[in-house]
Amino acid sequence: MINLTINGLSVSVEEGTTILEAAQQLGFPIPTLCHMEGLTPYGACRLCVVEIGEGPRAKLVSSCTYPAQEGLKVRTASQRVLRARKMILQLMLASCPQSKTVQDLASKFGGIQGHPFRQEYEDCLLCGLCVRMCKEQMMSGAIGFRGRGKDRSIGTPFDIRSDICRTCGGCMYVCPACQLRCTYNEPEKAVCGGCQNLPPPCMEKFDDMSCYMDPCVACEICKE
Amino acid sequence: MQSIRSLDDFQTLQKRLKVDTAKNLPVIVIPASTCAQASGANEIIRVAKREILQRNLSEKVGLRITGCHGFCQMEPNVLIEPRGTFYPKVGMKQMARIVEAVGKGEVLEEYLYRDAKTGRRIELARDIPFFARQVRFLLGQNEKVDPIRIYNYIANGGYAALARLLGEGRPADVIEEVKKSGLRGRGGAGFPTGLKWEALARQDGRRGKVLVCNADEGDPGAYMDRAVLEGNPHAIIEGMLLGAFATGAEEGVVYVRAEYPLAIKHLIIALDQARKLGLLGKNILGSSLSFDIDLVKGAGAFVCGEETALMRSIEGKMGEPRQRPPFPVERGIEGKPTAINNVETWANVPLIINLGAEEFARVGTKNSKGTKIFSLVGKISNTGLVEVPMGMTIKEIVHEIGGGPENSVPIKAVQTGGPSGGCIPATHFDLRIDYDSLAEAGSIMGSGGMIVMDEHTCMVDVAKYFMNFLQDESCGKCYVCRKGTQRMSEILDDITSGRGTMEQLQTLEELAQVVKDASMCGLGQTASNPVLSTLRYFREEYEAHIRDRRCPAGVCRDLITFTINENCNGCGACKLACPEKAISGKKKEPHFIDMKKCIKCGMCRSVCKFDAVDVR
Repeated sequence: MINLTINGLSVSVEEGTTILEAAQQLGFPIPTLCHMEGLTPYGACRLCVVEIGEGPRAKLVSSCTYPAQEGLKVRTASQRVLRARKMILQLMLASCPQSKTVQDLASKFGGIQGHPFRQEYEDCLLCGLCVRMCKEQMMSGAIGFRGRGKDRSIGTPFDIRSDICRTCGGCMYVCPACQLRCTYNEPEKAVCGGCQNLPPPCMEKFDDMSCYMDPCVACEICKE
Repeated sequence: MQSIRSLDDFQTLQKRLKVDTAKNLPVIVIPASTCAQASGANEIIRVAKREILQRNLSEKVGLRITGCHGFCQMEPNVLIEPRGTFYPKVGMKQMARIVEAVGKGEVLEEYLYRDAKTGRRIELARDIPFFARQVRFLLGQNEKVDPIRIYNYIANGGYAALARLLGEGRPADVIEEVKKSGLRGRGGAGFPTGLKWEALARQDGRRGKVLVCNADEGDPGAYMDRAVLEGNPHAIIEGMLLGAFATGAEEGVVYVRAEYPLAIKHLIIALDQARKLGLLGKNILGSSLSFDIDLVKGAGAFVCGEETALMRSIEGKMGEPRQRPPFPVERGIEGKPTAINNVETWANVPLIINLGAEEFARVGTKNSKGTKIFSLVGKISNTGLVEVPMGMTIKEIVHEIGGGPENSVPIKAVQTGGPSGGCIPATHFDLRIDYDSLAEAGSIMGSGGMIVMDEHTCMVDVAKYFMNFLQDESCGKCYVCRKGTQRMSEILDDITSGRGTMEQLQTLEELAQVVKDASMCGLGQTASNPVLSTLRYFREEYEAHIRDRRCPAGVCRDLITFTINENCNGCGACKLACPEKAISGKKKEPHFIDMKKCIKCGMCRSVCKFDAVDVR
């Protein structure tokens, strides 16, 4: 067992536990976005940063990837952490204001109302949940990252439907930003719930739900 | 080339080669690195070869083609050994005469280097101010060694350190020696090399250990590693062999960027020769040491210089960093313990073993030992590679070695450490350069880029340039770095185009701090340095852009106007140069710029010889 202190409380956890898991054991809230149980930790959204160490050597690390170490002193809500967290949420709001997940996080952690940046409407945070979902849970790997820096994006090779994609919808299910995709870019129709009134086509054909989408968006892909 | 199978054979070979070279013939040394070739070294080599043959001097005069000597401003240059006569900027006709003069044992006074300050001609390289103040441990070897001839390296004492250790050394001694020398990683972060090796040596070696030479030099304006790779690849191979002996690694990788074709060529030749000679492979020189080096070419991503991204790139995956721990020394390439060092670090290792740790540690400051190569570029008289002892002041480097500003405009700042570094203003030029002092001043040592800027450089524009570079080169994995650099670049763009507000300036500062704090890897953690350091020392320039809508240096196009003052004598040079035909005026009468047509390119200002174009 490894002993560490989080916000002054000592806790002992098994080897291989991350700081995030240890903090959750004690009930300390840490916001996460790119983290999901069952997928490998990625550490990209930086929302889960916590401060470790003391004095001039103190630094911020992502708690979802950092393994608990003996004697580690962790602070999950120091001034520095809160400042970083607020700025990250503001950056997210500035780019993905329509995401319910981001809105909820912003109101829960920091009560952020606005942000000082130019407003953008992007439908991807590049959190990588879909890529990992596809590869690790659906055993497919149909989508991946390409490009770098400001040109980084997620997609299939050559932007055509990948042979190994089973259109399971797992990628959309885990996505924190593109829940509105089914409205086909018509924001006034957002969350209309209309699709819930349609019987899922796959039920008719296969007598079984064959995708992850809940509620079913009547994608009609399974009709093909 | 016959394989050497024992230490005795190696020593016999080395002795024989040393006798061969000690004939004391005059040797014409011509550097032919990428920079020299670009300025015409290949032509003068051809002339030199032809002249030597035509004048029947093959037995009397030697010719050696080497890597970069460092004085790029004076390329292509020629050095005559053993005296050390230095001829700068040699043309084809001059080369023919120089060969003739060397044959006769004469010195051509009129071709010698001329000191800009005193106007005197200086014959010997070591008397020229540019070379005189340097301590050329590594670059000095570049003059002695022909990079594509392994015998040449051995004749100069190469691989002797390896042979000696294979005979009588213990791995722990090598680590102890490197630790005692105080060598710190030359790639930028300055981690003690000895400690890294010790950690690697302690790892379980059942799955094998890997040594990596990081030659992915991507900083704009920096080319120290290229010079060492091109000029002395065997020093790196020997360094890695010594590292392998010390740590028990059996695999080595040189990760070099594909934009360095000559360096790659020289490395391939060097690796091949070392393998044929039995210095790489199984049971090196008949000992139990087995080690081989692979060459991996990087596809030109700046972030792949970061060690965790570099390892992924070597594995054939996308070059993305991950958070440490686990450190590469614990889990590196394909899960094997890995130690990654910079080119310059590896090249320093044979030197330490040969000189001895104490002798090496005599050079430098308390916590930073040895020498460091800087690439001195920008608005400076003597651009080039300079190797100086740690602890030299910036003033000495810029004004004494570098020869001061390029023209009459005074120097304003130097930028060290590339895009991850910061700007140090001229008022702080008494700073003694080492890892810690630079970090304190808000910059970093980095791999050694040193860009000199004069009063005509706008610091906000500089920050914007680096932020643009970084938003392209950030891998994009971690949100803070990707979005943070984009937003910083956006705000800087607003400020330089006159749309900035004081609130934005505050946001910029807060954002820069968070990007530094919360980013995943070294790239993000240092990405705000250009902004933070310019804000620290040149805040008034930012404020002038925002409050007065004015660019004090006269660079940001949206904030400046060009006018012609009474100095104008109507020569017409600006009128000819203006691409938009915005300048009018009769000959010998003052000219006039039409503001409506002016695109503020600054051509008129750069061609005017009478200081008649004002920028406001």
